[in-house]
Amino acid sequence: MTTRMKVGWAVITVLVLVYALFPVLSILATSFKLPSELNLGTFLPAHWTWTNYEQILGPEGSARDLFLPSLRNSIGISLIATAIAVVLATLAAYAIARLDFPGKRLILTTALGVSIFPVISIVTPLFNLWRNIGLYDTWAGLIIPYLSLTLPISIWTLAAFFRQIPWELEQAAQVDGATTWQAFRKAIVPLAAPGVFTTALIAFFIAWNDFVYGISLTSTSRARPVPAALAFFTGASQFEEPTGAISAAAVVVTIPVVILVLLFQRQIVAGLTQGAVKG
Amino acid sequence: MTTQATAPATAEGREEARRIKALRSDRARAESRLGWMLAGPAFVVMLAVTLYPILQATYDSLFRYRLTAPDDREFVGLANYGVVLSDPVWWQAFGVTALITVITVAVELVLGFALALVMHRAIKRLRGLLRTAILVPYGIITVVSAFAWFYAFDINSGYVNQWFAWVPGIDENLNWFAEFGTAVFVIIASEIWKTTPFISLLLLAGLAQVPTELDEAAEVDGATWWQRLQRVTLPNMKAAIMVAVLFRALDAFRIFDNVFIMTNGSAGTTVLSLLAYRTSIGRLEIGLGSAISVLLFVAVIGICWIAIKLFKVDLAGARGER
Repeated sequence: MTTRMKVGWAVITVLVLVYALFPVLSILATSFKLPSELNLGTFLPAHWTWTNYEQILGPEGSARDLFLPSLRNSIGISLIATAIAVVLATLAAYAIARLDFPGKRLILTTALGVSIFPVISIVTPLFNLWRNIGLYDTWAGLIIPYLSLTLPISIWTLAAFFRQIPWELEQAAQVDGATTWQAFRKAIVPLAAPGVFTTALIAFFIAWNDFVYGISLTSTSRARPVPAALAFFTGASQFEEPTGAISAAAVVVTIPVVILVLLFQRQIVAGLTQGAVKG
Repeated sequence: MTTQATAPATAEGREEARRIKALRSDRARAESRLGWMLAGPAFVVMLAVTLYPILQATYDSLFRYRLTAPDDREFVGLANYGVVLSDPVWWQAFGVTALITVITVAVELVLGFALALVMHRAIKRLRGLLRTAILVPYGIITVVSAFAWFYAFDINSGYVNQWFAWVPGIDENLNWFAEFGTAVFVIIASEIWKTTPFISLLLLAGLAQVPTELDEAAEVDGATWWQRLQRVTLPNMKAAIMVAVLFRALDAFRIFDNVFIMTNGSAGTTVLSLLAYRTSIGRLEIGLGSAISVLLFVAVIGICWIAIKLFKVDLAGARGER
C-alpha cells in the first residue's frame, strides 16, 4: 500500500468514526457538566462532575425514583419479550428451514407484513382494550405488543441462519448410532446456537428501543420503560431543565448496548444482513 | 406478494395436479402437520398482535367515540374518515411525513452506499473497527439519539450555534426548533444518523453478491471506476437496493420518537404518527384516532404496493427465500 493510500484510509476511518460516535460523545460530555454550566454552550464541560449521575442513581437523587424502576421495567420486559419471540421463532424457523409443508411462504410473508406494520396503528385499539381488561400499565401489557416487533425479525433472521445448516449431519450421526434426539442435540444444536443467540441480541435491541408502546400503554413507574421515562424526567425545580439527569440516564442505558455491539459486531452484522428486516 | 404456484389452467394440468395430490404419501402429510405444529404458534401470535388490533381499529373508526364521554358512543359510518381527510391538519402532517421520508431515504441511500463501499474495500484490520463504529448508531435507543441531537442544537445548552456561527444564516441566537425549516433539518439529520447503518449493512451484503470476475473483466476492458459502478456494480445489486429503500421508506414513514422529543410537533413538524398518538391517547378520541390508524395502515400498504409494482421486486425472493 502506498503512503498516499494509507493517509487516505486514515482520513476515511477518522471521518467514519466521527460520524458514528459524535452524538454519543456529545451526550456523554453533557452528562458530566455541572447543572450551572449546562447553558454555557461549550462541547466539553468546564468542570467534570458526577452530579448528574448522583441524581439518577444516588440514594438522594431527585430523578432516582423515575429512573431505577424504569430501568428494571425495561430490562425485564425486553428480556421476556425477547425470550418468547426467540422460542416461538426457533420452532417456526426450524420448520421453515427443515420441513416441506404448504404455507411456509404464507408464514414468512406474514412476518414481513407484521414487521412493516405501523406501530401507531396497533396502539389505539390496544390502549382501549388494555384499559378495559386491566393490562394497561402492566408488564404483560407491553410484552404482548412487543412481540409484534421482535417476532417477525426473529423468524426471518433464524430462518436464514437455519437454512445454512447442513442438516445431513444429523442423519450421518444417526447412521453412526446416535438416537434421533442425540443426533439433533450433538450435531444440530451447536450449529444453531450462534444464530439463536444473535437473533436474541437483535430482538433485544429492538425491544429496548421501543418508545411508542412505552409512552402509550403505561402511565406510572409500574411498567414504564426507560425511553418513555426519559421523556417524563423533570428537573430538581420547575425552573430547572432536566438536561443533566436525562443525559446521565441516556449514557447509562447506552453503555450496555455499546458493550454488546463491541463484543458481538460480527454476529450482529451477519444476523442483520441475512435476516435483513428492521423492526 | 406474488406466489409461484398458480392454478393449472388446462384439463390435463388439473388431472396432473390431482394425481400428484393422491401420490402424496402419509409421510408428506405428517411432515406438513409437524411443520404447522412448530410454526403455528408463531403464526397465531403474529396475527393476534397485529391483525386483531387493526380489525378492532377499523370497527372503532366507525363510531363517534370519546373516552371522556363514553356513553355518547354512536355509530357514524365513515364520517370519521371524512373529518380526518377534510382536515388540513391531516394533510399538513401527511406532507411533513412524506417530506421527511423522501429526504432521509435519498440521503441515506447515498451515504449508506458510501459507507458500504468503505467497509467493503477496507483492509481486514480496519474493517472490524469500521463495522463496530457503524453499529453504534444502530444499537442506540432512538430517544437517546434524539436527546443528543436536541441538546447539541438547543439554543440554551447547544454548542452548534457557537461552532458554526461563521456559516451564513447561523448566529448565536438561532433557535433551531422555532421554525419549520431548521427544526425539520435537525429531525432529519438525527433520523439519518440513527438509521443509515441499517441501509449500509444491507448494501454491504448486496456488494458482496456482485461477482468480482465481472468487475475485473470490466477493468481489463478499460472501464473507469465510475463506469464499472454504473454498469456492473449497481445493476447487480438492484434487489438489495430495492429492499433497503422500501424498508427504510416504510420505517421513515412511521417516524415518531425524535419528533416527539425534539419539537413535540411544534413549528409545523407534526408527523402522522404523532397526530394519531395525540388524537387517541392525548385527546382520548378513540373513533377519530382509530380512523387515523387505519388510514396510516392503508398508506403503508399503498407504499408497498407501489414499490412492488414499480420495481417488480419479489420481496421474499430478494431476501433469499426461493
